[in-house]
Amino acid sequence: MINATTALKAESRELNFFYSNGNQALKSVSMPLYENKITALIGPSGCGKSTFLRCFNRMHDLYPGNKYEGQIVMHPDNTNILEAGVDPIEVRMRISMVFQKPNPFPKSIFENVAYGLRVRGEKNQRTLADKVEEALKGAALWNEVKDRQQDLAFNLSGGQQQRLCIARALATDPEIMLFDEPTSALDPIATANIEELMSELKNKLTILVVTHNMQQAARVSDYTAYMYLGELMEYGDTDTIFTRPTRKETEDYITGKFG
Amino acid sequence: MTTQTLKTKATVLENLVAVRAMIRRHKRNDIIFAAVGLLALMLGLLTLLTLFLDLVMDGYPRFNLTFFSEFPSRRAANAGLLSAWVGSVLVMIVTFLTAVPMGVAAGLYLEEYAPKNWFSDLIEINVSNLAGVPSIIYGLLALGLFVYGLGLGESILTAGLTLGLLTLPVVIVSTREAIRGIPVAIREAAYAVGATKWQVVKDHVVKYSQGGILTGVIIGMSRAIGETAPIITIGALTFIAFLPPSPISDVAPFINFEWLGSGFTVLPIQMFNWLSRPDHAFATNAAATGAIIIVVTLMMNGTAIYLRYKIRKNIKW
Repeated sequence: MINATTALKAESRELNFFYSNGNQALKSVSMPLYENKITALIGPSGCGKSTFLRCFNRMHDLYPGNKYEGQIVMHPDNTNILEAGVDPIEVRMRISMVFQKPNPFPKSIFENVAYGLRVRGEKNQRTLADKVEEALKGAALWNEVKDRQQDLAFNLSGGQQQRLCIARALATDPEIMLFDEPTSALDPIATANIEELMSELKNKLTILVVTHNMQQAARVSDYTAYMYLGELMEYGDTDTIFTRPTRKETEDYITGKFG
Repeated sequence: MTTQTLKTKATVLENLVAVRAMIRRHKRNDIIFAAVGLLALMLGLLTLLTLFLDLVMDGYPRFNLTFFSEFPSRRAANAGLLSAWVGSVLVMIVTFLTAVPMGVAAGLYLEEYAPKNWFSDLIEINVSNLAGVPSIIYGLLALGLFVYGLGLGESILTAGLTLGLLTLPVVIVSTREAIRGIPVAIREAAYAVGATKWQVVKDHVVKYSQGGILTGVIIGMSRAIGETAPIITIGALTFIAFLPPSPISDVAPFINFEWLGSGFTVLPIQMFNWLSRPDHAFATNAAATGAIIIVVTLMMNGTAIYLRYKIRKNIKW
């Protein structure tokens, strides 16, 4: 049920996306993201959910030839982040991302978390240390690493590395955090930790998560969007989507008849 | 109803015998290939080893400190390598200072900044081809460009720049290879926190590709240190009994660049000079010099392997 007090954080309007080979990966996707809520994107492989997610931090700009049409508007400032005049770096400063496989830099735990701050020109050791601590606490990693922040990030376990990546994304205090199948490379316990963390994080920010795992979407998200072949088939609050989907395709996918 | 066929013990055993014979036959090919491979490897290694031992035995009488501290002389037994090794070191410094910054910058530009189109493809093909151009061609280019064109003379600067050009493609290619080894996920992670291209290059790309770049640099330099043809082409002296002015002086600013314009000789040229003397005693000096060049080259390659191992140790992907 959509609460009347829920504020809109961002929305995509008639978003089309074309890869450099001319392939249209998104077809007129219009969808809201509500503030301090978790929105899950589900759908079979190749349906465009990761492509959609990566539009939000203009990741596609890294590769020449990709083309957006339509808008992604962020609130409350009403900025269309896909507009040519908007610097993708500015967008990435506001919207951070956690990737499918943990991808820490081959640097120390501290430097991994501090990197976003360093990129913003922060040089004060005290400020850096404070913010790194805050981010590590926010990512529920502080207790495990507080005495070895100078260790290489690669020495952490897979689940810890992923929480480190969350801390890295969190350190710069973003408005929205994107998760691209954040637990697909993790074991069930690490997965449970990340899911719990996401539920806590939504008190501070807005989350958009791509997942292949139906249960995960049902467990963590407030809203769910089902995508298929680049189109948004159905969007609604998670309870409704999982119990009373309006479309047959959504029901088939959720119940495992297809996909 | 499907009909079942039961294998009798006899047919199973018969089959087993055939399978075992087949495996034996296949394994024989393994052994044959391993033997041929080993032979090929040994042929190369033993040739080098024999050559090296031969040089060491021939040059043995000259392996002492005075060989390094004496100038060339008309008497073979008194002749030393001083001007040659000092010359080699100075030329290598110039080579290093030109090839590394230019090569790394060019490699970074091609890999990170250059738009991918037919023109960058053309440049790429040309850079790879440059690595295969015979060194004497570089010598001719340098003679025309540095010696006559820019009037740099038959100097250490000219030689260093020439060998720098020779090393450049190796550095560019190895820089690009090293950069390509960095996973996309790491780059995207850096961009995702809001880094600019230059921040990604300076904080990540250069740092993680250091091992590969360094290896390329050292391998390029170890090729350059043994080069003779281009140095002769630009007119290096074959017999010099003086040292270039010292790069470090005892008065401020403690550094001077006069040495860059000085005449010089290098190890392989000194060796060539001794070899071409009719007096057989000089052959001993030449052999000793040859052995020293090989040792220096092997040491440089060894350093490259060690550094790569050391730098790669902290980077796993």
